[in-house]
Amino acid sequence: MTLLFQLTLYLYLLATAVYVVHFLSQHKQVRAAARGILLAGGILHTVYFVARYVAAGHTPLTSNHEAVSFFAWSMTWAFLSFWWRYRVKNFGVFVSPLISLLMLIAAFSSQEMAPLPPALRSNWLPVHASLAIMANGFMAMAFCGGVMYLLQEREIKKKKFGIFYSRLPSLEALDNLNQHCLALGFLLLTLGIITGSVWAKQAWGAYWQWDPKETWSLITWLIYAAILHQRLTVGWRRRRAAIMAIAGFGAVLFTLWGVTYLLGGVHSYVG
Amino acid sequence: MLAESIVIIGVNHKTAPVAVREKLAFSGDCAGPLLTLMNIEGCRECCFLSTCNRVEVIFVAGDPAAAAVAVRGFLFAKSGLADAEAQQYSYIYQGRNAVEHLYHVAASLDSMVVGEPQILGQLKQAYREATEQKTTGVILNRLLHKSFSVAKRVRTETNIGGSAVSISYAAVQLAKKIFGSLRDKSVLLVGAGEMAELAAEHLVKQGIGRVVVANRTLERAAKLARQFNGTAVGLAELTTQLAEVDILISSTGATDLILRKDEVKPLMRQRKNRPLFLIDIAVPRDLDPELNDLDNVYLYDIDDLKNVVDVNKAEREKEALRAEGIVAEEVVKFGQWLEGMEIAPTITAIRQKANGIREAEVAKTLSVLKSLSENERRSVEMLANAIVNKLLHDPMVFLKNSASQDNPQLKLAFVRQLFGLDKESPEQ
Repeated sequence: MTLLFQLTLYLYLLATAVYVVHFLSQHKQVRAAARGILLAGGILHTVYFVARYVAAGHTPLTSNHEAVSFFAWSMTWAFLSFWWRYRVKNFGVFVSPLISLLMLIAAFSSQEMAPLPPALRSNWLPVHASLAIMANGFMAMAFCGGVMYLLQEREIKKKKFGIFYSRLPSLEALDNLNQHCLALGFLLLTLGIITGSVWAKQAWGAYWQWDPKETWSLITWLIYAAILHQRLTVGWRRRRAAIMAIAGFGAVLFTLWGVTYLLGGVHSYVG
Repeated sequence: MLAESIVIIGVNHKTAPVAVREKLAFSGDCAGPLLTLMNIEGCRECCFLSTCNRVEVIFVAGDPAAAAVAVRGFLFAKSGLADAEAQQYSYIYQGRNAVEHLYHVAASLDSMVVGEPQILGQLKQAYREATEQKTTGVILNRLLHKSFSVAKRVRTETNIGGSAVSISYAAVQLAKKIFGSLRDKSVLLVGAGEMAELAAEHLVKQGIGRVVVANRTLERAAKLARQFNGTAVGLAELTTQLAEVDILISSTGATDLILRKDEVKPLMRQRKNRPLFLIDIAVPRDLDPELNDLDNVYLYDIDDLKNVVDVNKAEREKEALRAEGIVAEEVVKFGQWLEGMEIAPTITAIRQKANGIREAEVAKTLSVLKSLSENERRSVEMLANAIVNKLLHDPMVFLKNSASQDNPQLKLAFVRQLFGLDKESPEQ
């Protein structure tokens, strides 16, 4: 099992390295290789997830290791699915390092399989947790899009064309990417919060009880709601949207880790 | 040597000033020149290329030196220049050098603006006309097809045509980096200068959705607008129009700024922050340089665009060096093919191929028939040997018996094709 995880991690790291080589050299074959390696990593990662499910006897989304690993998994598959319908030039070189970084964090977290605490024994666990984490995956992609936008915009604005100008897509394409990821991520986040709320009603008898994780999820949700709302009404798009996508991802990360380690609450993972 | 029969004689922008080139006076049609060229003594194949920067004759002749004089005479017939002067203004390449030169031309390494792709289309057109007049044969067919594929290799393996080297095209490329597709975008031309017209033309070619022209005199605006199927407005409407359009190209003769930061700032809110690309090609400048500080506004003046072009030109020079490597490699390959296009190497190649097949098949058969005695094994080998030799006898006689043949290359090409001796045959 550990071996499976490590193999996945190595594949992701290798894919990242090959994506960097492709970014510099721009050879098509190198990109194909990078994608192939990432795909292999994604498949192995799925196998690891299933194996862990079987071994633990419950959905493996209850420890930091499992949550972060699933976070990386959803990014990988979201990115690969983009390849199928919605291609963005050189997106991989920005997404794959983030995937690798998440996997490294997962690698250094405790991989122990703890028994499921009674409070989490519910069919809502897989639904709620996977929706919430997949939302994070799309927000992370929007973050990457935002970074790419700012890099590209900087070169156009400063009139100094460096390494990014020819390699990154047009500002319009990056802005669309941003909107696309935010909209999908927001939808998933909304569903994640609703399912969590329904589950809370069943488990604890109240839809909402201002647990720190709940509070911060709501704050994150409000931030993204504001971004999307402002975009449609007063035109927060382009540069500002890119900055907001990056800032919003900060809230996502705080909800994921900051709350757990600083504030505690029922969502604090076992172990 | 067959290679030495390939010759290129030509005049281009490097060897002759336009005053000389225009005297050669060839109109668009190639049929006339081609037929004249084919009448030259000893000229077996020819192709005639005429563009505004070059006139070239590519030909294959049995006696290249004599034919060259005649071809040069034909090229300069209308110029009234003596052959000595004609030699001074023209170039002649033979054999390997001719192949290399043609590859350079096709890959746009010999062009005035290195990497501009038009020349390839012109060369293809010249070749098409030559094939229509049936003036090309085995050698030029392969040579020209190869030159097209060399050009393609250079284009895909180097970045020679990747970046814009003219001001107006640089502006279009920038617009595409900002807006992606230009289909649903609009451009406002302020002032109707020549450069603005050129940039607008590029934008229209890239499929820009709408063109608006604003000018001091409405008449001129209307004329330009008609040309691009757009609308004309007065200069007073500048700010109202600016709330709508995506690109502005300014080229007025105004001595003062016509658009200031304070005027555009409130517009951006109205535009819901849709980006605005401002191109100022007027000298003195029309647009406030501080406009570039506004969010989602990108201002490029003529110097900025010139810088972009200079950087791109330097980049092309670098890529041209890489292209030279590809050309050199392909020249060697063509040389190898030419060497094979003689009788002796063709016979050797056929024998080698046949012997290869014979040996492989005999070995295969004998490895199955293990019970055979030594004598029987020898019989099998002799059988195979006899079949190969008897089957090859007539083709060999046919090949060697070329004394009376007027065009031995045609026969060689046919035989080589029949036996599949050249793995990569010229693509049709």
